[in-house]
Amino acid sequence: MPTTEPWQTAEIAGPKKASVIIKPEVADAMIQRAKHPVLVIGHLAAEIDLDDRKLLDFLILLAQKGRIPVIATGHTNRDLIRRGYKLAGIMPAVDIGHRLCDPAWKGMDGKEPYDLAIFSGLPYYMEWTILSGLKHFAPHVKTMTLDNTYQPHANWSFSNLSVKDWLENLKAIIENLEE
Amino acid sequence: MNVLTGKSINIKMKELQSDIGYIKGLELSIGKFSEEKWTEPQGPTPFPSMTALRDWDKKLLARYQPFYLPFCDLCCLCTYGKCDLTGTKQGACGIHMAAQQSRMVLLLTCIGAATHISHARELVTHTIQKYGADHPLNPGGFAVEVEAPVIRLVCGIKPEKLGDLEGVLEYLESQITCLLSAAHTGQEGDNLDFESKVLHAGMIDQVGLEVADIAQISAFGYPKADPDVPLVDLGMGTVDTKKPVILIIGHNVPPAINIVDYLSDNRLSDQVEVTGICCTAIDITRYNPKAKIVGPMSWQLRYIRSGIPDVIVVDEQCIRTDALTEAGNIHAPFIATSEKNCMGLPDRTHDPVDEIVADLVSGKIPGVLILDPGKVGEIAVRVARAVAPVRKKGGVMLGAKEITEIAKTCTQCKLCRRACPNDLHIPDCMKAAGKGNTTMASDMYEECVGCGRCEQACPQNIPIHTLIVSAAAQKTKEEKFRIRAGRGAIQDVEIRKVGGPLVLGEIPGVVAFVGCANYPKGGKEVAEMCVEFAKRRYIVCTSGCAAMSVAMYKDEEGKTPYEQYPGSFDAGGIVNVGSCVSNAHIAGAAIKIASIFARRNLRGNYEEIADYVYNRVGAVGVAWGAMSQKAAAIASGFWRLGIPVVVGPHGTKYRRMLLGRADKREDWFVHDRRTGDQVYVGPVPEHLFFAAETKEEAMVMIAKLCMRPNDTAKGRAIKLTNYIDLHKRQFGTTPEDICLYVRTMTDVPITMKAEIMQILKDHAWKENTIPDPTLLRQQIIKKER
Repeated sequence: MPTTEPWQTAEIAGPKKASVIIKPEVADAMIQRAKHPVLVIGHLAAEIDLDDRKLLDFLILLAQKGRIPVIATGHTNRDLIRRGYKLAGIMPAVDIGHRLCDPAWKGMDGKEPYDLAIFSGLPYYMEWTILSGLKHFAPHVKTMTLDNTYQPHANWSFSNLSVKDWLENLKAIIENLEE
Repeated sequence: MNVLTGKSINIKMKELQSDIGYIKGLELSIGKFSEEKWTEPQGPTPFPSMTALRDWDKKLLARYQPFYLPFCDLCCLCTYGKCDLTGTKQGACGIHMAAQQSRMVLLLTCIGAATHISHARELVTHTIQKYGADHPLNPGGFAVEVEAPVIRLVCGIKPEKLGDLEGVLEYLESQITCLLSAAHTGQEGDNLDFESKVLHAGMIDQVGLEVADIAQISAFGYPKADPDVPLVDLGMGTVDTKKPVILIIGHNVPPAINIVDYLSDNRLSDQVEVTGICCTAIDITRYNPKAKIVGPMSWQLRYIRSGIPDVIVVDEQCIRTDALTEAGNIHAPFIATSEKNCMGLPDRTHDPVDEIVADLVSGKIPGVLILDPGKVGEIAVRVARAVAPVRKKGGVMLGAKEITEIAKTCTQCKLCRRACPNDLHIPDCMKAAGKGNTTMASDMYEECVGCGRCEQACPQNIPIHTLIVSAAAQKTKEEKFRIRAGRGAIQDVEIRKVGGPLVLGEIPGVVAFVGCANYPKGGKEVAEMCVEFAKRRYIVCTSGCAAMSVAMYKDEEGKTPYEQYPGSFDAGGIVNVGSCVSNAHIAGAAIKIASIFARRNLRGNYEEIADYVYNRVGAVGVAWGAMSQKAAAIASGFWRLGIPVVVGPHGTKYRRMLLGRADKREDWFVHDRRTGDQVYVGPVPEHLFFAAETKEEAMVMIAKLCMRPNDTAKGRAIKLTNYIDLHKRQFGTTPEDICLYVRTMTDVPITMKAEIMQILKDHAWKENTIPDPTLLRQQIIKKER
């Protein structure tokens, strides 16, 4: 399987496509370069198995170690609370996309505009459309996805990875982050 | 007053002084007209043009700005293209991405509206031919005086006979043509003007829906606004497979009615099963409750492949374009009946019935096109009776051993999963099935939308969908449900009863589950949401494929939601209005609240009534599996009326949302009609078109979107109680945005006072007034000085 095809075969993007995160350091560099990143977590993060844990557990670690504010979409917050994580803002994914298009939006914390939006755990096609909106209408925001499926509309995305490779990459990204 | 309808010339002259004399008060009408006794004064916008309501649209679009989600970065509509519109790039014609996306939305909406209007045209033509142009319109008997609220509102006429609908249709057809032309290269270029035209197309569509449904209710004798319509059978398990079985797919009922009539006229009703998929199924059970609904449109492949149908008849809309091939695979003769859907078949309309029957029964031809509904009735029945005894009903379903053997050929390439709209874990299912374990495949049946894309993707040619359905064979046999037949309109007396509580907020809202079956996690979610809001004493309406999905789940006592809840338009009722065209009655109910309860003039008075509905009637549409262009048109009609629509996550593929910004205080001011003051009312309703990621998120949003500026304190407290309770249950916390929805201390639900007070304190909340709200300056009632 070619590595830079969209996960859903027919979801072909246009001329501008995501750069592939070929090694964890790329993602780390993006996160550490950002002044005000945000991690948007969809409900599938609590359903996707990674080793003996869920994707959500790794995303919480990422948020904590990287001090990245979290926005929970869908009903993800319920699962975050079950894991003792109570810091997430709650906002629907389409709302986040819409507000990110506004360069004056200062984020859920009211501090300053987000300059990096990291997505994970949304349904593939919904993330695809929202990232498309951001590609065209939010040039001031860099986007990255940490799902194991290639999202052509992001600025940065993994290629279509096996679960094993994905897990290794996520662990390395978290490990490499400077506290 | 004489009102011209249809193609006509109307010349009015107040005064003319000329060399030949003095003329005063001349009125000359050439063409069709009907004598009208309706005394309600004509409003400002009868038969509105594309721009007549542009100001109203701009008011809505200022609050609910489009968030575009381009489905394609390119424009390929002219030969300059393809043009790359990425980011700020413009195409060869100068168009930019925002305009291109809204242009695509307009095209989709026009397709949907044209489909409904064309459907309405066929029904009106057919019923006039059969019953005459003077056949009275009677959608609700004595229970309904406002017989056509949408037509009255938009067109400013009061139709009384079938023939009166022709003029309405001519108006609709002219508008669709104009709207479509606006999408031509080098026409409209501003995205908000495109959006205004989308709303116009939606409104036009809503009129078309009403024309279609009141025509068929009046002509075919469907239930007339009856809350106690009979329960009818639904599900593959209800079909008596020992009898010849006719399947009808689509949405345009005359051929199906003629099948039922032929059976009845020949005393064969008990000998042949008439079954349907999609909206024709709903409409045929409104005509004859003995007909059976198989299921929503996603049941097409699974039912055909079961081999149960002996003859397949298709009319129009939402029919799989490979239905003829699928019918051939089970050796079922096929009859196409619509000019819009000829399927490449020979037109045998004018051939003798005996010859056509003989050709179909012998298998000499796989199918025919018959454009005479009366003939279809006889042919379908005779062919079904002739072929049923000799056809093998097993279809293409697989036995347990076959499932295992075929599944073993899977190479785990994952192309099936990558083709699946819902990313279902088909490779895992195949692996298990190859080892003899079909549980996962059987479970997958519940979430499969029946598109068959997995089979198209499979390089091993595994009949994946057939395998899934075969693994769930027992489930399909157990699909035995009861759905309340479509009742049509809402009675005036029901509106009088609920109008006050709804406008004041004491009935927390009307939630309408409508549309197609492209669900992210199966139809069960629709049933669960429906029951949740009925339990909470909202008025719940259903229609179309969503109405069927609601019926397909039972409680512990084995009852479907329609058996658990009454069919009245009242708090805690579940009201199946009927097929897709019956959605007009849901809009009609909101309009009738303004007319009957609030005594506002409807006639050609769209802006005022939409303003009333928007600010006062807490209604929300939910199209959880919306798939089609028709669904886009239906949603657009509700938006212009100020009614928000929630779709499932696949709804983002409609290319744009209409979203409010709750954080922008300046967006949420209204005029107080009594004082003229500008009053902050909070973000109610927050969005006009919203895609929810999950059922849980949808339920919280639905409760929130039911809030309106006009809610009384008691009503707002009830609505807040539901919103907060759902938020806590689904998200695990009390919502932080409560401060935006509490206007006065009396809005605060007593049982939640302590925690809400703390949130209000944290947000430095200040008390506000509750206005008599309007967005329209002309609605301000000036104080006498």
